[in-house]
Amino acid sequence: MTMKFFKNIALALTATAALTGAVMAAGAAKHPIQQKWSFDGAFGKYDRASAQRGWQVYKQVCSACHSLKYFRFRNLAELGYSEDMIKAFAAEYEVAGEPDDAGDETVRNALPQDAFPAPFANENAARASNGGALPPDLSLLAKARHDGSNYLFSVLTGYEDAPADFDLAAGKNYNPYFKGGQISMAPPLAEGIVEYEDGTAATPEQMARDVTMFLTYVAEPKLEDRHRMGMNVLIFLGILSIILYLSMKKIWKPVKEGKNFYDDAE
Amino acid sequence: MAKWQTIKPENKALAWVEERLPVLALVSNVVGPDTPTPRNLNYFWNFGSLAGLMLVVQLISGIVLAMHYTPDTSLAFDSVERIMRDVNYGWLIRYMHANGASFFFIAVYIHILRGLYYGSYKAPREVLWMLGLVIFLLMMATAFMGYVLPWGQMSFWGATVITNLFSAVPVVGEDIVTLLWGGFSVDNPTLKRFFSLHYLLPFVITGVVILHIWAKKVSDSGNPLGVEVQSSADQIPFHPFYTIKDAFGVGVFFFVFAAFIFYDPNAMGHPDNYIPADPLVTPDSIVPEWYFLPFYAILRSITFDIGIPFTDIVIIPAKLLGVIAMFAAIIILFFLPWLDTSKVRSTRFRPTYRYFFWFLVADMVLLTIVGGKKPEGIWPLLGLIGTAYYFAHFLVIMPLLGKIEKTLPLPESIAKACAPKAQAAE
Amino acid sequence: MSNITNTIEGEEATRRDFLHIAAAGGAGVGAVMAAWPFIDQMNPAADTLALASVEVDLSAIGEGEAVIVKWRGKPIFIRHRTQAEIEEANAVDVAALPDQQSDADRIKSGHEKWLVVTGICTHLGCVPLGSKSGDEKGEFGGWFCPCHGSHYDTSGRIRKGPAPLNLAVPEYAFLSDTTIKIG
Repeated sequence: MTMKFFKNIALALTATAALTGAVMAAGAAKHPIQQKWSFDGAFGKYDRASAQRGWQVYKQVCSACHSLKYFRFRNLAELGYSEDMIKAFAAEYEVAGEPDDAGDETVRNALPQDAFPAPFANENAARASNGGALPPDLSLLAKARHDGSNYLFSVLTGYEDAPADFDLAAGKNYNPYFKGGQISMAPPLAEGIVEYEDGTAATPEQMARDVTMFLTYVAEPKLEDRHRMGMNVLIFLGILSIILYLSMKKIWKPVKEGKNFYDDAE
Repeated sequence: MAKWQTIKPENKALAWVEERLPVLALVSNVVGPDTPTPRNLNYFWNFGSLAGLMLVVQLISGIVLAMHYTPDTSLAFDSVERIMRDVNYGWLIRYMHANGASFFFIAVYIHILRGLYYGSYKAPREVLWMLGLVIFLLMMATAFMGYVLPWGQMSFWGATVITNLFSAVPVVGEDIVTLLWGGFSVDNPTLKRFFSLHYLLPFVITGVVILHIWAKKVSDSGNPLGVEVQSSADQIPFHPFYTIKDAFGVGVFFFVFAAFIFYDPNAMGHPDNYIPADPLVTPDSIVPEWYFLPFYAILRSITFDIGIPFTDIVIIPAKLLGVIAMFAAIIILFFLPWLDTSKVRSTRFRPTYRYFFWFLVADMVLLTIVGGKKPEGIWPLLGLIGTAYYFAHFLVIMPLLGKIEKTLPLPESIAKACAPKAQAAE
Repeated sequence: MSNITNTIEGEEATRRDFLHIAAAGGAGVGAVMAAWPFIDQMNPAADTLALASVEVDLSAIGEGEAVIVKWRGKPIFIRHRTQAEIEEANAVDVAALPDQQSDADRIKSGHEKWLVVTGICTHLGCVPLGSKSGDEKGEFGGWFCPCHGSHYDTSGRIRKGPAPLNLAVPEYAFLSDTTIKIG
């Protein structure tokens, strides 16, 4: 019997041809910077002011390239905006309307129930405008990466000059927090690129924190409900378990004392 | 088997029904006052009822999710997001279902390990044990197909990898894979059939669970001492003693379950599954759900062909051998009643086997870790050692040790060991 | 074997024991509370509720014209009535109607020229004709249901045919002279 050891048989197994190439290419990314967030922990909530600023950053900066397909204008109510403000935000954008009587396509102003319109009509258009790279949809990004919120913050603030021995492709930017170290997105947040409505100084770090707050909300909109309900459920189950335990001890007492429950016991 | 007791309710209408369809007697004889049960069952015996309860949780939450989910590649991911965002309590029900799968497996794994430790597979409970293994296999199939439904990256690539296992079958492998897919890759027909089967299989599981409980009724529960019930002094009625004990177990188990649902609902999931499936881009590493990892590690550990020595003729290629090893790892458990040659059931009285039992548990933990790592560096070697030990445990250690081990003296009866006062009183 | 003769000690007393009642009660309450999410998930979801009201711009509807808008999955007729149609609606002897209702009860005062009704025949749920130019409007100049021949007048009231009730008026309000919010 010969034993032939092959490298990475798992890959051969896991394997259609398409599979093999990409797997090994990825370089290890730097571990994200750890930030403190208001939504962390069992009582965590979203910081409304920060999320509102983040919405402004998304609108004025990110939305030029990144879609946010699961976000509806009506969701802004949960960030503390009034109905009229939401209508006004929505009305800034146009979406496809119903075909008119002649069957021609129409556009209308967006309404609160509409999704935030995507910047590009389709993936090909998005790639064509971004040097072949596809800007990912941001709705779920905070959950679609390990340690997502810290990751978003780290990538947004983590641009630096490439080390001398790093082979940076043309048109790419060096970012150690991004898988492979090179990212197509140019540093998006420059000092003062946004003028905050509430007067907060728009430093890149502040903007990164705010937009991360907003995007974490968009990825996990029910987090506050979850935390609130969870506390009630855990307290209820905790107390119930204690009562059940005491009840069990009481019921089991005769068993522990060695009592018999059947008449033909020896 | 304890004698079947009939029940005569005082209420005339109830009595009329009971006479024609004895459902009260059925309940009473399976989990009620008329079910004599060993008096010494410990907390490890809670996990059977917990597994049953998790099946119910999964059925209810799953049926509800199916009211909102759309099994179509263009809509599946969106429909899940709609559940998470717009459906009333949709986030809760979905997180409950996703984490429920993990907690179902936790309960079942502890239930199986309890069976291993206390020799619950031995005569006369062989069929009871095998029905349990059938449930385990059906659960794995159901969980695998359920994980595909959200149509994220891990869903898609998990489905691709696992269905490709069948391509290892000689001659007809590729045809089988095409049949499973309903096309030339994992696509819409695959998703639709997985949804259909994912909805069907839990009901098949429920059916086998009923057989499993029936077999338990016939052979009676085992117990930590492994000595059979000799008189009714060894027994207590199931209700109220084990009903309240099971209820307490449910309280504690659900507490932990709820902690995950509400405070770390994605801990046991993979972030890549929040990226919609893309047939052109494979994730960095494809990792199955944690409960598949030991078997995944066994699958990957075989990296060598078996052939005729000193020639290039390959009899069993590595790929096929890996698949065989993975399935064999579970099939072998069906033969446990005969592989274990020891006369003593409970590991409590087998001082040497006790070490090997914990070695096996450690080996399973090792394989779980290996299964989650990329196959680089030391990991493939550890996987191979872990796999070899896994099979050695069942094929070598168990049969041999049973013959040579010096076991501890067994107690005369459950009552003598656990309730000496009762004996004195009689 | 196994007739339970030695009953569980003081069973009657223990049953009434507060501890056991609390345990059973707590478990029961928990089960009931846990049931609610599974029931409530069948209620309209947030995206459905977001469409529960629609705003309609009336400025584009010329006198004598009508439009059909969709609201909660149902057609809503909005008609810009002419002076003659308003007078006709008011001239009717209310007491002689099958479903007695004056025109004033069916419109918002100050906005007499706008009639907003649910476009579903009260007979068996067909959508009556009469909103589009060229449609048959029935004998009373309003709407005509082709399914079983119900005739509605310029106030959407049933005048002839099998339908028992007038076309329903949905809940709506004028946000401005040219905008209404239905629902």
